[in-house]
Amino acid sequence: MAIARKRTIAIPQFGVVPLMLRRATGHFLVRRLLRAFFTIFFVATCTFWLVHLMPGNPIEVYVNQQITQGIPAELARQQAASLFAIDLDAPLWQQYLTYLGDMARGDMGNSIIRQGSSVSSIIIQYLPWTLFSVGIGLLISFVLGVLLGILAAYRRETWVDHVLTNVLAAIQAIPNYLVAILLLVYLGVRWEVIDIAAMRGTLSPGVHASFSLSFLGDALYHASLPIFVYVLTSIGSWMLAMRASTETTLNEDYVNAGLARGLSQTRVAIGYVGRNAILPLFTQLMIAVGFAVGGSLLIEQIFSYQGIGSMLATAIGQRDYPLIQGILLTITTSVVVVNLIADLLYSRLDPRLRRR
Amino acid sequence: MAVAQQATTPKRRELPRAFGWLGWLGSTLRIMRRNKIGFAGFLIVVAMTLISYIAPIFWPFDPTADPMSIYKTPSSAHWLGTDSQGRDVFSQILNGGAAILSVGYIAAAITTVIGVALGALAAYLGGAVDTVLTWLSDVFLTIPQFALLAVLAGFVHLNGIWGVALLIGFFGWPGLMRAIRSQVLSLKEREYVEAAKMLDMPTSYIIFREIAPGMAGYIATHFVLNVTAAMYASVGLIFLGIVPLSGVNWGVMLNLAWTQGAIFFQDSLWYILSPMIAIVLFQLAMLSMSRSISEIFDPRLRER
Repeated sequence: MAIARKRTIAIPQFGVVPLMLRRATGHFLVRRLLRAFFTIFFVATCTFWLVHLMPGNPIEVYVNQQITQGIPAELARQQAASLFAIDLDAPLWQQYLTYLGDMARGDMGNSIIRQGSSVSSIIIQYLPWTLFSVGIGLLISFVLGVLLGILAAYRRETWVDHVLTNVLAAIQAIPNYLVAILLLVYLGVRWEVIDIAAMRGTLSPGVHASFSLSFLGDALYHASLPIFVYVLTSIGSWMLAMRASTETTLNEDYVNAGLARGLSQTRVAIGYVGRNAILPLFTQLMIAVGFAVGGSLLIEQIFSYQGIGSMLATAIGQRDYPLIQGILLTITTSVVVVNLIADLLYSRLDPRLRRR
Repeated sequence: MAVAQQATTPKRRELPRAFGWLGWLGSTLRIMRRNKIGFAGFLIVVAMTLISYIAPIFWPFDPTADPMSIYKTPSSAHWLGTDSQGRDVFSQILNGGAAILSVGYIAAAITTVIGVALGALAAYLGGAVDTVLTWLSDVFLTIPQFALLAVLAGFVHLNGIWGVALLIGFFGWPGLMRAIRSQVLSLKEREYVEAAKMLDMPTSYIIFREIAPGMAGYIATHFVLNVTAAMYASVGLIFLGIVPLSGVNWGVMLNLAWTQGAIFFQDSLWYILSPMIAIVLFQLAMLSMSRSISEIFDPRLRER
């Protein structure tokens, strides 16, 4: 408690507004909202100054490139201004404010490699596929990992526990892109179990987005390899965390109390042990989501799945700075949003946070 | 009396020091041997590190392409076959470890120094410093790390091993910082720290001489895990072709195998598998070593 109190920012003790402020910043969800907002703001700010203050910054490079290609300096500057969605003649701080305003409205300038399409339109086209594959992958691995973790904790020091712990810890040590390449080499090329040529891309030719079962099936078919890799490489951390957490929870008095009251083992395992042991895992979600989204750069490239990760890798390779800036900001925002949802869930599951 | 002491002390000091160090090494190895898996991991890590740094001196890599022997299966001439340009894969594996391992070790060292310093500062000073550092670590944990590294590697033109290691090392600290912070928060309430505070010792002395030794095992475990994380990131970046590391290394081998479409050739299996096996073996060895490290630094397990 002493630690938690020290962390809150000092705010004057008296008066109505300070009191409200104090109560607000003391509230779990308000703090999380502030933090989420600050994270997005921080990334936006950093990318802006990185692009503008770097020696040989991308805007200068772009303008010079256009001039050497015979385009008049004035026109080149105008093009650069429209590409990066900024006014090059204004002072930097004003450019920065305009940029923040534009970002808030979702205007991220235009892409260099795709002439004529805006960064936001590219992101809208590619982001859903990554959210879809990473989201389903993490959901499956979370549920499976939690169940296996409870199983290992209940059967601790038996062969089930040893096999599960060692095998999953070993798989976790293998970088996810190596798992992806191995899958391609063995399942796709050597044993020819799956048709990797047909599985490329996000949808089969001729299938369009609609609310139908065939569309969902096709989308899942194309996403199955990335999903499988996300599940395989992240399940270990969930399982190990859940196992450790369950072991400490099993020693709590309320577990014995529940059993003594005559509740069934399953009921105690789910409603008493599981529900409490799962709480520490929510803090890990942030790291897991960030890791999976970061890994999507590699996984999507390997399976030629057209999501935002593979788009980002392409944009970096082609030095498309407006697109890089936009995508980095977007994926950070999506991780932030996922974490907010997790925080909401967490405060629903943990009554101690609701009361405070 | 005084003369006799002066004559004997240097002699006495000379021997026990050397023996003391050997003794420390001996008891460390004895403790490590208790944990069989951890000891095996330790041996593999030492062997792979030694081979990676020493082998290039004796068996340098021959980069000349040989179009007559493309994608050969393992034979007595080429132990692991040949690559897309007919070059020996085994020699590439021997010569290709140093760069990747160097990036891993250097980056992990940087991460550890930053993480320990910031974590200890946040926990020890508390107040506004703690609030700001905790928020910063939260922010950096939220940004997908590999994406951030890839973007920065695209913006900044990295040169060689040090450039890559600095970049990776500089952004790995948030996780370690939080772990160290919570450790220090519990350690700083201990009596011996209180005693040092009473004696009016400087903050740096308390952090580095009183608190840090208590976390040595913890820090060492995180160092090992950070080596594996840095290897993951560096090989990933090289594989994507974002970091132009010249020369031979396991990441470049993977990148070449991928871009040349080696996976579709029937006889290229060993060419693709060898760098992967090298990387995975090292990662697994590191991971199992990390399990026994906390035991090494536990003073209660030492006899003297």
